[in-house]
Amino acid sequence: MEITRDEVLRVARLARLELDDAEVTRFQEQLSAILDAVSKVSELDLSSLPATSHPLEIGNAWAEDEIRPSLSLEEAFANAPDRDGDYFRTPPA
Amino acid sequence: MPVSLGGVDTLRLSAEEASALLERGELAPGELFASYRAAIEERDPELHAFVTRVEEPVGEGVPIAFKDIISTRGIRTTAGSRMLENYVPVFDATVAARCRALGMPVLGKTNTDEFAMGSSTENSAYGPTRNPWDLTRVPGGSGGGSAAAVAAGLAPWALGSDTGGSVKLPSAFCGNVGLRPTYGTVSRYGIIAFASSLDQVGPVTRNVRDNALLYRIISGLDADDSTTVEVPAVELPTADELRGVRIGVPRQLNEVAGIEAGVRDAVRAAIELAGRLGAEIDSCELPLSVDYGLACYYLIAPAEASANLARYDGVRYGLRSGGADFEEMIMRTRRDGFGDEVKRRIMLGTYALSAGYYDAFYGSAQKVRTVIKREHDALFERFDVLVSPTCATTAFPLGAKAQDPLAMYLTDVLTIPSNMAGLPGLSMPCGLADGLPVGLQLVGRQFSENTLFRIAHALEQALGFDPVPERLR
Repeated sequence: MEITRDEVLRVARLARLELDDAEVTRFQEQLSAILDAVSKVSELDLSSLPATSHPLEIGNAWAEDEIRPSLSLEEAFANAPDRDGDYFRTPPA
Repeated sequence: MPVSLGGVDTLRLSAEEASALLERGELAPGELFASYRAAIEERDPELHAFVTRVEEPVGEGVPIAFKDIISTRGIRTTAGSRMLENYVPVFDATVAARCRALGMPVLGKTNTDEFAMGSSTENSAYGPTRNPWDLTRVPGGSGGGSAAAVAAGLAPWALGSDTGGSVKLPSAFCGNVGLRPTYGTVSRYGIIAFASSLDQVGPVTRNVRDNALLYRIISGLDADDSTTVEVPAVELPTADELRGVRIGVPRQLNEVAGIEAGVRDAVRAAIELAGRLGAEIDSCELPLSVDYGLACYYLIAPAEASANLARYDGVRYGLRSGGADFEEMIMRTRRDGFGDEVKRRIMLGTYALSAGYYDAFYGSAQKVRTVIKREHDALFERFDVLVSPTCATTAFPLGAKAQDPLAMYLTDVLTIPSNMAGLPGLSMPCGLADGLPVGLQLVGRQFSENTLFRIAHALEQALGFDPVPERLR
């Protein structure tokens, strides 16, 4: 299953990955080969089957609405690349 | 030849024995920690099992090493990625908190393929780990660091995480006992996420009883992970026979394409031994699970990964690269922070989830997952456990598959089917082939860890495998 250069660029854009030309070429080739292999899943007749999204059949998990201590601001910002007071600072949108 | 390091022979001492020595006061906690530190100093330069070492012990229990995917408060946690090179968590993963609450000092954080994506530990941004049995070979992956550390006596036991086989495969390649527990029995809180419907933390140990002991410590309901469940009490195995145990030998796993003769022979011998210990053995079939498992996994896991790794945006933690605006900053951060394999899987997952492709890829894969689950369920009406090799080969040379992603993916063809079905699997060494360990995989029903431990213990006693790498004896 051949995917085009444009498709590689479209997917990279969706995934917010900047790729150089060599990477686009390499990923085009490798992703085509991988997609070929995984396309196998559409060989089976699956029309009557339910999907499995999770290995256990468990329902919702409820918790009491209790106030518990959370991270302090200092902890929350401890790994931040940039900070402006009580905000994470980023380049302009 | 054995080297005496500090007070104890770290290659031979089990965690259970270490615990008993501490309890009886025959060994000081500081001396035990120092022995492992000395072993790390001596052997880690050639193995590179650790990404980060801890100098000073905190706690007076049996030390432990954690795969560097497990958040540790105050100890750098990289996930094997440049993205998290300077990331120091401000909280502990639940599994780390449980170990630390028992006073178990952390020896360090072990090497892993970046974000646990890989089968050889060569995808780590910090360089590969080498196999203690043969330094020219990989330790398996993604948790090659934990497996190499335990095999080489750098830690009495360690934790790994297993999505497609990242505990079982390295345990097989390094001659350890590795458990991938039933999904939901061990908390994922604080585990750096790869594929959330598959990720599961498990113990890597030198013998079966240590594995049960560590599983007992880390498992159980956790309010911080709503996918955890109540777990049956963990029993320490004592069995030395297998009367009444029904063992299924799935033909497609045991005769998989590319299986090495030495692997096949060692596994066959272990199965015959199980028969002599009283087990009933019969062959069985898992045709669709083996044929379609890999394709199913390499859609579902990358799809979940592409969503989970969206969080690395250079804003709250982790690497940030420069950019003129917000968009450019994110694109460059992810360009610089992620390695090749991670980018490949993010792209694959994004493609499989994108408009127009979702039903054909992700939707079909989820239904194939149902097929795999039902095929296994049917076998567990007749059998207590399914056995096979953990991998079709022994440890392969570094670089052998590094340029061919599909060949690398195929390494996991025997561990993936039961993982897709949410079943527990244990890999234990069953012999050597050309001087390298062969892993035997035991797969059980959901929540049947006690059964796996019992069977593995009886086999371990009868096999008498020496888990110390020949070059270190």
